[in-house]
Amino acid sequence: MADPLLELTNVSTHFHSPAGRVRAVDGVSFSLKAGQTLGLVGESGSGKSVLARTIMGLLPSYAEIPEGSAISFDGHNLLTLDRKARRAISGPGIGMIFQDPMTSLNPVMKIGQQVYEGMRHHFGTSKRAGRERAIELLTEVGIPQPDVRVDQFPHQLSGGMRQRVAIAIALACEPKLLIADEPTTALDVTVQAGILDLLQREQRDRGMTMILITHDLGVVAGRCDNVAVMYAGGIVETGTTLSLFARTRMRYTQALLDSIPRLDRPPHERLQSIGGRPPNLIDPPAGCRFAPRCAHRNAHCDTDIPPITADEQDPSHRFACWNPRDPDAEASDKATGDAA
Amino acid sequence: MRYVLKRVRRLVVVIFAVTLFTFLLVNVLPGDVAYDIAGQDASEEEVQAIRADLGLDRPVMIRYVEWLGDFVQGDWGRSFRTDESVAEAIWSRFPVSLELMLVAQVFALILAVPFGIFAAYRAGRTVDRTIATAGFMSLSVPSFMAAIILILVVSLNLGWLPTSEYEPLSAGLWANLRAFILPALAIALSEWVVLMRVLRADLIGVLQQDYISLARAKGLPVWHVILRHALKPASFSMITILGLQIGTLVGGSIIIESIFALPGVGRLLINAIYARDFIVVQGVVVFIAFAYVLVNFIVDLLYAVLDPRIRTERSDG
Repeated sequence: MADPLLELTNVSTHFHSPAGRVRAVDGVSFSLKAGQTLGLVGESGSGKSVLARTIMGLLPSYAEIPEGSAISFDGHNLLTLDRKARRAISGPGIGMIFQDPMTSLNPVMKIGQQVYEGMRHHFGTSKRAGRERAIELLTEVGIPQPDVRVDQFPHQLSGGMRQRVAIAIALACEPKLLIADEPTTALDVTVQAGILDLLQREQRDRGMTMILITHDLGVVAGRCDNVAVMYAGGIVETGTTLSLFARTRMRYTQALLDSIPRLDRPPHERLQSIGGRPPNLIDPPAGCRFAPRCAHRNAHCDTDIPPITADEQDPSHRFACWNPRDPDAEASDKATGDAA
Repeated sequence: MRYVLKRVRRLVVVIFAVTLFTFLLVNVLPGDVAYDIAGQDASEEEVQAIRADLGLDRPVMIRYVEWLGDFVQGDWGRSFRTDESVAEAIWSRFPVSLELMLVAQVFALILAVPFGIFAAYRAGRTVDRTIATAGFMSLSVPSFMAAIILILVVSLNLGWLPTSEYEPLSAGLWANLRAFILPALAIALSEWVVLMRVLRADLIGVLQQDYISLARAKGLPVWHVILRHALKPASFSMITILGLQIGTLVGGSIIIESIFALPGVGRLLINAIYARDFIVVQGVVVFIAFAYVLVNFIVDLLYAVLDPRIRTERSDG
């Protein structure tokens, strides 16, 4: 347990576009211990999905990972492995669930085959045994009539059911690490909680390590051990879920939290939104990338990139901000506000 | 099953329309068959007599209904010239055209599928551009030109294959097949390019789909992802084109059959036109139309085999 299962060191992903180099992921480092769940949070375009695809080796040909990036998984550097060795990790090592189950399942292949073909490839499972295992997995992820569904095609299932199938596919090879890329974003609100609970249960039962990518901090609370908040391709604040929510330091994280509707607020209260847009990643701001949208910025923020700093009380809680929020002062502030 | 029935009903309607149109067209054309049969020196009375004998003096619609009646019962009429049964004439030549079509399409697919896959997988790279250039060169050579070049190089210079020695299947498979290699290649050299380009375009689109990313996330090898996941959903347009090509070729290739002296339906048609043997022309035209519709009908059914979504949609409505 001492060594982290997954460790990213200074990982960047750049895309070449006619307008210039897009720094979609820029110098991300974090590590994840076996059995832990990391929530990766950020708004659209912050680089969460690109980071997931970088770990998974699913980048398009026009993407470039600059020298100096390293992704270590279970003792291998994923970025330097040859193709065959890298493929051997996808499936039994790392499984992935995509955002939209309407497009992530092959429309012309039976569900059962989509579930067991990974096992067939990696473990040489027979078709018959694979089908049996597929039925077990479909049962496990809560699909009714799994023995019928196994021979059906994706279009015969609802969106929520399809995402359950996608989870069964990812679980089929018993991955050590599961990356769930916004697994509920494309689904009806009514089925979102069910999918998240299923993922949490599977993670716990199997002792899997999981990265849960979402734009919703509310999803992360109570489901993840640690949280990393991404903004404009970089991680701006990271820590245990408890510390991050209780002692929010980075202004962007606070802005995200303020944009979530809360039960302890008066009904019909106007939600806070974050003004402006995420920065252009071809030509990012010179200083803090959140500075142009930040209500608390000072002159320093516009010119120099804030270094990653550790929280005084909890060194594992780290953030990049020149003018961080003082959690102790504002916590008492909030308490008086609630009382009034 | 309802899908099939619905398609069969449409097929009947199309065949009816095609036969009526062909009949009217052939009968409205200037130049009477009777003059032709009677010869240049015949008197007007002799021509009238032949006309009456053939029943050509009666209104077109009545003749059509009569012809249709005979046609559905399998009587396609007899050649004015040789008195050979039209149906027999077509059926005896059809296997030649069919074999030519099959060999040509096998060649076209052997070229189109691997090159289409390579071009799509390496889209925009050197391999893709080289294949595209070679393809357009191959496409821009007309088939009669390709035929002559093939005869020159393969038959005359290298002496590998005969130029024009058609042998029936009874003479042995190889003896029979070898007469088809060059003519089929001449046809395939232009057909494969269209198939390849269409497959490439669809495959490029499919390879960007999420389900291809998911297949790769399972750790499957590239060839497995392309052949098992991408090829099937990417082959719809190619199969449509293939159907049209087959439909055209089933009726025989007039040019290629003439150059290589293959006794197929195409040659029957061109000879009948030269001889103004209109009842044969009509039979062949109807046959070609029938084959065309039938092939495309089969292609439509094939979609349902390839795509399960079509199966349920159609049976619901």
